[in-house]
Amino acid sequence: MKKITYTSVLSQLLLLFFVVAWIVPTFGLFISSLRDKDVLAISGWWTSFTNTEINEIYRTEGKDAQIKEGNYYFIKSNLFDGGQEKEIFRFGVTSKNIDEYKVGETALFKDQTEITVFENGDYVWKSKEEFKKKKGKRIFVSAKSPPSFTLDNYKEVLLKEGLGQAFLNTLAVALPATLIPLIICSYFAYALTWMKFYGRDILLATIIASLVVPLQMCLIPVLTIYNDFGALFGVSAKSFPGIWMAHTGFGLASTTFLLWNFLKTLPSEMIEAARVDGATHYDTFIKIVVPLSIPSFASIFILQFLWVWNDLLVGLVFLDKHPSEIILTAKLKELLGSRGENWEILTTGAFVSMTVPLFIFFSLQRYFIRGLVAGSIKG
Amino acid sequence: MSIFSLAITVLVGVLFFVAFFHFSNFLLDYFRVRASKKFALENSIRVIIFIAPAFIVLFVFILYPVFETIRLSFYDKIGENFVGLYNYSWAIKDPDFKRSIINNLGWLIVVPTMSTFFGLVIANLADRVWWGSIAKSIIFMPMAISFVGAGVIWKFMYDYRGPGDQQIGLLNAIAVALGFEPQAWLTIPIWNNLFLMAIMIWIQTGLALVIFSAALRSIPNETLDAARIDGASELKIFWSIIVPYLEQTILVIWTIITILVLKVFDIIYAMTNGQWQTEVLANLMYDWMFRGGGDSGRGSVLAFCILIGVTPILAWNLYRHKQDQKV
Repeated sequence: MKKITYTSVLSQLLLLFFVVAWIVPTFGLFISSLRDKDVLAISGWWTSFTNTEINEIYRTEGKDAQIKEGNYYFIKSNLFDGGQEKEIFRFGVTSKNIDEYKVGETALFKDQTEITVFENGDYVWKSKEEFKKKKGKRIFVSAKSPPSFTLDNYKEVLLKEGLGQAFLNTLAVALPATLIPLIICSYFAYALTWMKFYGRDILLATIIASLVVPLQMCLIPVLTIYNDFGALFGVSAKSFPGIWMAHTGFGLASTTFLLWNFLKTLPSEMIEAARVDGATHYDTFIKIVVPLSIPSFASIFILQFLWVWNDLLVGLVFLDKHPSEIILTAKLKELLGSRGENWEILTTGAFVSMTVPLFIFFSLQRYFIRGLVAGSIKG
Repeated sequence: MSIFSLAITVLVGVLFFVAFFHFSNFLLDYFRVRASKKFALENSIRVIIFIAPAFIVLFVFILYPVFETIRLSFYDKIGENFVGLYNYSWAIKDPDFKRSIINNLGWLIVVPTMSTFFGLVIANLADRVWWGSIAKSIIFMPMAISFVGAGVIWKFMYDYRGPGDQQIGLLNAIAVALGFEPQAWLTIPIWNNLFLMAIMIWIQTGLALVIFSAALRSIPNETLDAARIDGASELKIFWSIIVPYLEQTILVIWTIITILVLKVFDIIYAMTNGQWQTEVLANLMYDWMFRGGGDSGRGSVLAFCILIGVTPILAWNLYRHKQDQKV
């Protein structure tokens, strides 16, 4: 056992501070996405774990509900529509004094009828004369509402706001835009590592230079090519295959570089032995190299998939904003503009867009980190 | 599109490439066996099959566009008439451009420094407590989130309500609780840049953290123990042993984050779209790509400026690669 020292306590506290500071923003978003939208708009998410005090207005029932007992007419009912777990602690009968009475006390209306309201919303309204009005009277209540969470926002966002479709679109962009570069770059990296041909070193240097070329340098010419191509063949310039290839192009250098970094660590004797035995490069690649590379494929798959899933710029430039093509990040940005004050939509939408990355993060963190570290040590 | 048609499209797209490699190699083998003499061209053709798809993509999407963008920067808005240095002189006079350069410089100084510093400190702290790996996971998590998602998270943190209302943004709630006036953080010029940078630092600290964690393990324990026995304080060990030992790693992380920061677009586009003097080069470039039907000349100049920013790193990477190849 280590001794508890002053330094170790201090470092624990400091680390705890960092952890809390880092998790709180995301946690707040998650909690907010589960809150009722009316409550969300008027109170901070950190208040959602305690009882919240709310002032509400209800209306009693009218003459149809009255019964006669002895000399008096009564209306006995419940203010809540039922099923609400609120706890009333004060109430009032005029808008000037909305919390005049404690629960259980009897309030007097102007027309001399009396009403008693109980904690759970039950009330007894008593009158000497028959109730004449069809509409009931307004009752003001101050109630404590226990913490309550709901999935309504998710239903709303996925079905009505079109995030469900955007989710599918993003998947349809991200899967091929990850698999295609992985396929063509693995052949490319194999050739760069194990095949001898003229210009190999220059090609490798080109890949390393391309690693840091900013995406912005490529957007205008590629968009022009797409527009010309679309006009020439009478097809839309913005399409799923188009964005797959764009992502393939922009991810090609890093995917190739990572694979090349891995492949050159494989023992060359093994590859050469296979070649001497008469195996073609294709056989060597499929039967020896691919099975050995599965872990590094996994790392690269995750890196590229997350990059594509989280991308906004390429999606904005190469896909239409039409609901059938829009991706999650672009949709979210659109909502930030049009529904900027509807935090229930925004928080939920953001969380929906984060589900897949977070799932990958928590289930495959090891591969994710391995890929990042491999890419950085030499990148 | 329905799930079904999306799935078919995806499948066809991916299988196309699998099929290409399979059948081209199959054909090559077929002819090799048929050829009576040694098939001399076999190796060259195989190299072409392995390289061609990637090379074509590299050429169409990276190599050609880089030179085309440089060419376009000397042409007018539709890219047809040569205008010399006109676009460059426009940029120098443009107030938005000046603002962007200043902001980008701010980003370049603050974000890599803070992310690297926090990453290094947290990696050290996490190494010595039993719950360190959980802490690392949590701090690393923002790396998985999109910039736009992070934008929403932080816009919610920065949310502003009038002084009388209850604040629903955490930052303003804290400010009010401490007795300050609530602020619309994102609209205060100069300072709002820092609030945007905070988002990037929040994300990139995780990257620095995991790389430092991996590197820290390479420091020999004997060195650290020897220092402790000699009575060096933990702070002294940090600055005199750990930091010098990790110099290379610090440099690598610095360059990765620098490249990322030069291209920063999503955060600003989602949070302020360049309003209140938060414009940066990448955002301005996107703007000019589409503003008034698009101005490819001005857009290209702005993209070129970003490229110039990464050029020293590009040269350094190539230099290191050459050194590696010699070994």
